Amino acid sequence: MTKKQLSFGVLFLLAGAAIIFAPLPVGAAAPIHRTFQVEASQFAYAPAVLQVNPGDTVTIQLASTDVVHGFYLDGYSVSVTADPGQTASLTFTADRSGTWRFRCNVTCGALHPFMVGKLQVGPDTSLWRAIALTLLAALAMLILRPSIPRVEAS
Amino acid sequence: MRFELTRFPFVRSLLKNRWLQFLIWVVLLAGFLFAILSGLFGTPVGNHNFGIVFVWIAWWAVLILVAVPFFGRGWCAVCPIPLPGEWFQRGALMDPPQKKPRRINLRWPNRLRNIWLQNLTFTLVALFSSIILTTPRVTAIVLAAMFFLAIGMSIVFERRTFCRYICPVGGFIGLYAQAAPLELRVKDKQVCLACQDKPCYHGSQAGYGCPWDVFPGSLTKNTYCGLCMECLRTCPYDNIAVNTRPFSSDLARPSTRMDEAFKAFIMLGAALIYAGVFLGPWGSLKLAAWSVGSTAWFGYAVAFLAFIFGLLPALFLGAVWFGKLLTKATTTLKKSFTALSTAIIPLGLMFWVAFSLSFVLTNAAYILSSLSDPFGWGWNLFASAAIPWQPILTNILLPLQTLVLVGGLLWTISTARKAASEVKVSPVPVIVFSTAATLVMLGLLL
Repeated sequence: MTKKQLSFGVLFLLAGAAIIFAPLPVGAAAPIHRTFQVEASQFAYAPAVLQVNPGDTVTIQLASTDVVHGFYLDGYSVSVTADPGQTASLTFTADRSGTWRFRCNVTCGALHPFMVGKLQVGPDTSLWRAIALTLLAALAMLILRPSIPRVEAS
Repeated sequence: MRFELTRFPFVRSLLKNRWLQFLIWVVLLAGFLFAILSGLFGTPVGNHNFGIVFVWIAWWAVLILVAVPFFGRGWCAVCPIPLPGEWFQRGALMDPPQKKPRRINLRWPNRLRNIWLQNLTFTLVALFSSIILTTPRVTAIVLAAMFFLAIGMSIVFERRTFCRYICPVGGFIGLYAQAAPLELRVKDKQVCLACQDKPCYHGSQAGYGCPWDVFPGSLTKNTYCGLCMECLRTCPYDNIAVNTRPFSSDLARPSTRMDEAFKAFIMLGAALIYAGVFLGPWGSLKLAAWSVGSTAWFGYAVAFLAFIFGLLPALFLGAVWFGKLLTKATTTLKKSFTALSTAIIPLGLMFWVAFSLSFVLTNAAYILSSLSDPFGWGWNLFASAAIPWQPILTNILLPLQTLVLVGGLLWTISTARKAASEVKVSPVPVIVFSTAATLVMLGLLL
């Protein structure tokens, strides 16, 4: 490994660490109360992606249109269950930033384990960081070593 | 960089000993048959049925997260599916009998000596996976079909023809076994050349001829070695070694076969599609994949096949062609395509690991409850039937998946460089292809 490659390597490592750990500027919106009416049917939620700001008080009004469905939120470990034709309500404070899956926690049919949705608390930084890390990794591999083999003269 | 594990007498005798393998086989065979029974007679609710939970959550987790990445074909060494057929072929459960039994023992046709049939069987399983993964009775029927097909083929054909040419699981295990840090190889090829009787291939009183139809002396890749250890038992010169080695060792020698290249695309494409269908929020897509026979399902099937056998290889071919153009390489496009397809083997493996982490961690809680109540009949054998469902480690799931995918990309780029230098083309377009595929997978999983 040449000195130049070593310098680039260190630079890429630092850049990678920055992508993973550096705090991103986030607009500090005042927390509000948000209510979502979520319709659950085999095997999806509508809407399936919910966006809130950190600190918001979130109320989920879960309405089931066919069989009994549940709403379990990863990371928060809160849940609610709705009977067919009924609406059930769940309120919590979105105090954990990031992207969290919500899932049906009542066996509702064959594809029950795959009935999921997504709650995004604040901007989706995990995806952007992952994309940046991926591009950095590819770039590092391209730059650190010569990539185009020379064709030998015949 | 290789370290021979069999240099230790204890390890060597453990691997040569038939009793340990037999014991594992018997336990797994019992579990396999029990999974079929629970699928047929237990509750139709998949997440409360032993067949579904143990095959598609427990076994799959062990296979894709541990066995394949670290032990290659280690699962094939203990898989119960070929056992009854093999016992019939051999006329014995343990050591070879004094007199070889008379069997049909046909050779598998030359034209079918490739993994195209395995590509086909895996594609069929993948197309119907929504039903197979979630419906206990269908899982039981698929398992039973594999079991009886393996027996039937052992009656007609020699060796493990089912495992080598038909098994939908064996095909991708072989592909990814090339990346594993474990191998079985001969110590000195000259010893094999000088060996007259080749008992490792033909068998002897010490053991059976290679069930996988491989001559160990010519073994250079893990793809078709089932790690059954018969050659370790039969070699009269102690010339067989089980080694640890660096990850990815076999991938330094690029593939030259189109059937293996397509296996890599089928696996990569299926992981992408599964991530969208099973882990995405699109209910209509899930229903389309599940409603087998409906118009929506036919649309899904056409899109599935077109993506795996058309779009993905076509994009890759374009990348390879562009890579050839950059270096003005004289290697044929076909040779460059198959060689560079080796690069997507680690990418596909890491896609599967990342995908599997999602549903294994969120559904692992069903394992304990179904162990206590395997048929869903209200039993509570180990006082764990009432353990509530709870996803585990979801806090670290997304960072873990990101690391796995980025790690897979780095691994792929490194492999692409080696493969590209063999055929004198630029790896850059293939690296761009792999990076794009990784970004799509990240978008689907995160």
